Amino acid sequence: MSDNRFHPLRLLRAFLRPIDPVLALIMAVLFGYAFVLMSSASPERLDSQTMHFVIAVVVMWCAAAIPGQRLLSLALPLYLLGVVLLIGVALFGEVSKGAQRWLDIGITRIQPSELMKIAMPMMLAWFFQQREGRIGWREFIFAGLLLAVPVALIVRQPDLGTSLLVAAAGFYVIFFAGLSWKLIAPVVIVGSLGIGSIVAFGDSLCQPGVEWVGIREYQKHRVCTLLDPTQDPLGKGFHIIQSTIAIGSGGVLGKGWMAGTQTHLAFLPERHTDFIFAVLAEEFGLGGAAVLLVVYLLLILRGFQIAAMAPTLGTRLLAGAVTMIFFTYAFVNMGMVSGILPVVGVPLPFISYGGTALVTLCLGVGILMSIRRSRLANKS
Amino acid sequence: MNAYHAPEQDNARFRRRVLVAGLFVLVCFGLLAARFYFLQVVRHDYFHTRAEDNRIALLPVVPNRGTIVDRNGTVLARNYAAYTLEITPSRTGGLEDTIDRLAEIITIEPRDRRNFRKLLDESRNFESVPIRTRLSDEEVARFVAQRYRFPGVEVQARLFRDYPLGSTASHVVGYIGRINTRDLERIEERGEIANYRGSNYIGKNGLELSYEAELHGTTGVEQVEVNAGGRAVRRLSNTPAVAGNDLELTLDIELQKIAENAFGKRRGALVAIEPSTGGVLALVSAPTFDPNLFVEGISTQDWKELNESPDHPLLHRAIYSAYPPGSTFKPFMGLAGLTTGKRTAGQTMADPGYYVFGGHRFMDDKVGGHGMVDLHKSIVVSCNTYYYQLANDLGIEGIANFMGPLGFGSRTGIDLPGEAEGVLPSPDWKKRRFRKPEQQRWYGGETISVGIGQGYNAYTPLQLANALAAVVNDGKLFKPHVVRHVVDSRSGEKRVIEPEPIRQLQYKPEHLKAIRDAMVGVNKSGTGARAFAGAPYEVGGKTGTAQVFSLRGAKYVEGRVTERLRDHSWFIAYAPADKPTIALAVLVENGGFGSQSAAPIARQVIDYHLLGKRPNQPAPEDADAVESIE
Repeated sequence: MSDNRFHPLRLLRAFLRPIDPVLALIMAVLFGYAFVLMSSASPERLDSQTMHFVIAVVVMWCAAAIPGQRLLSLALPLYLLGVVLLIGVALFGEVSKGAQRWLDIGITRIQPSELMKIAMPMMLAWFFQQREGRIGWREFIFAGLLLAVPVALIVRQPDLGTSLLVAAAGFYVIFFAGLSWKLIAPVVIVGSLGIGSIVAFGDSLCQPGVEWVGIREYQKHRVCTLLDPTQDPLGKGFHIIQSTIAIGSGGVLGKGWMAGTQTHLAFLPERHTDFIFAVLAEEFGLGGAAVLLVVYLLLILRGFQIAAMAPTLGTRLLAGAVTMIFFTYAFVNMGMVSGILPVVGVPLPFISYGGTALVTLCLGVGILMSIRRSRLANKS
Repeated sequence: MNAYHAPEQDNARFRRRVLVAGLFVLVCFGLLAARFYFLQVVRHDYFHTRAEDNRIALLPVVPNRGTIVDRNGTVLARNYAAYTLEITPSRTGGLEDTIDRLAEIITIEPRDRRNFRKLLDESRNFESVPIRTRLSDEEVARFVAQRYRFPGVEVQARLFRDYPLGSTASHVVGYIGRINTRDLERIEERGEIANYRGSNYIGKNGLELSYEAELHGTTGVEQVEVNAGGRAVRRLSNTPAVAGNDLELTLDIELQKIAENAFGKRRGALVAIEPSTGGVLALVSAPTFDPNLFVEGISTQDWKELNESPDHPLLHRAIYSAYPPGSTFKPFMGLAGLTTGKRTAGQTMADPGYYVFGGHRFMDDKVGGHGMVDLHKSIVVSCNTYYYQLANDLGIEGIANFMGPLGFGSRTGIDLPGEAEGVLPSPDWKKRRFRKPEQQRWYGGETISVGIGQGYNAYTPLQLANALAAVVNDGKLFKPHVVRHVVDSRSGEKRVIEPEPIRQLQYKPEHLKAIRDAMVGVNKSGTGARAFAGAPYEVGGKTGTAQVFSLRGAKYVEGRVTERLRDHSWFIAYAPADKPTIALAVLVENGGFGSQSAAPIARQVIDYHLLGKRPNQPAPEDADAVESIE
């Protein structure tokens, strides 16, 4: 029997069991895309990015191998660890480029806010699961507090991009848990009014010397640059001007792989990280961009499908929130590169160069796979 | 909101929410798709042209940095043009290989390679980094002939900073250096990133730092057509750079040189101020250093030499080091006595040679005492006992309340970076300074030492000179300043840096006269008489000697310990006595008595300032000067 148990085919099956074939296929397409783009944008980084992929896939597999319910029991310790590390950053963190985001733990530097992107929705999903059947306004207020504390710590660093992502991740759980529309509507209205007024009165608000309450100078600068990039052609506006030129000049079919002049004449800044989408749009055109949008859409649909089928409240909420995180990354990044959102440091999910975000995102995929399996297990 | 209990209902609600979220996703992606369609189809032609035009590159045009000249127009900081060899790493085939091949036609020292590595790490993307500066004409010619072999390598004409007077006034002028990541963060915080695009240097110290905003200028933009290799082919249009503004100083560089030379090899500081404006005439910190060493990044060896020297040449003693003022404090104490009404000018006391407080004898310098002493005599002969008693009568609060408004113990606000506050001792200060309750208590005996300028007192030479300037300027205290005019680079217009009065102190004219008469007496018949013997002008002054209690962190160097334990020598002076045009404070570290080292330096400086007389050697040490701890 024992030799049979270790038969290569059985081993392979055991290895593949946690993997969701649909998600795996989508990942493969995205990684393939990433590889093609990185070869064009920054071939010297292919090796290290391949390493990042390997690590991220291992993390994904590990998460997928953990049963969905057990995942949630990790929520509280992870969340507490995250909060403690964030306080540690506030007290002892390293300052780099005007922001205090890193914590030196001797061996390496870590960025606890990254952990929060996953720990936050896990925590809230676990919390609502504990209160299942008794979820009322008290629960929502408490969930709001659980969300507010780490977000406030991250805003203070200051790291607007990450705090938005963490806040969004938490908000999605609360939203899926059934927060009343009466409470959601005012936020949406106030938000759109605020953005609307900035767009309408941007010229006078962006005069130097006008201070925006609660907003740092560089953040104001980003919004103002978005409204009128030509104001600062050598500074921040440079990014947006060059990336819209790259996208627009790509046309319907693109200039062809390795043939993007914006990319290869080095006009495009950050072309291997946050602005890699512009490389895609320049070299593969509207067609290439549409394919990417469809792939992301498929990923999100699969995520929602897994969420809708999930066996318990906690796993449902978590799967829904994780899916929406993918959406947020994709939307914010492409929106920023194409000039409809301000420049915040959010990478293009699964494609931008960099290990940290990739691991976080693949951890999310692993969680989805794990939740899908807990449904199968329940059925059988 | 209603709690819901049935799991099915719960699940149905969740699915509805997922549906809403899905719709939201579709709307947002639709928005993106619309945006892509707009950019890539509707406006494709426009962006296509823009991309073609992007062969048109926007290049920053670095402005010329403003120059710095003294009050007579002598140049202290200027620019000169020289060729540099620069590499844009992203455009070379292989960086190491390129450098190796370059080394075959142009001298590239290991040091150049090290520097290049360092700059490369700090550089921003797509920027060229210099591998060699100050190429000779021959080297330029050799490179240009073989330029086709080196893509990504360019010869550039760049401006370099030069300090023609070298170490003279180096602490005042300061220096510039390459922009490092810390500077970059500061630039970013000020929102000046765009203006510094293309700039490689920034003020690091002295006026170069404090007037960075004036000196730097405004970066221009040049549109050039570039070929595929990124080389500029043709200039299309440009917004010229606006050169930085020039600075014209209040400093008289000849006076500065004489003052610096007067120190010889001794350590110390000198501050000379024009009392009627607060303009600084000379600001010496000895020893000095050569700022030219810093411009291109100082070599490890030079840095080690400067940084580890026991003489601490980089320290700006005149504005950063605080010393007990010793007896130079007495004129101010005397004025405090008169102003508060605790003393009148004619009031006398008998000096037995000591003062008893709390069972402790505070000694006078003269055994047996000075006999009957009034205010005038107390300053002329520097009588301690008079001030022990006065300090006790004023109380520590009384002293602090009088000295604070004169600027003691607070920054003067001079237009130079790195000024120290010094210490104006008071019970409040002690509470803030110390932790343990027994250390926080103020003891009466401590007031007595403060009265003669010892104890916790610690002031910068600048504070002392500025306070003296106020006293001889009828109580008008100015913010001292080094820059007199900022000269607009475009119009040539001179923007006057107006003398900025800090406050008008309310002293009675007869009180000020009594103090000034006594200070004139010091140089006629008192402790300063030997230094000013034969001076054809009237000059007021006061000697001082500050006790050195410990080595205070100086490194132990055998053979120098005894010298380092000698007292600090102080002298404050103003001239001409009736209508002063200069007020100064001189400090010589471990110079012994005030009359011994500091007073002869003051004499040379005032001689030049009033008579134009140039000394032919450093100020002598008057070894015979007799005084004890004043």
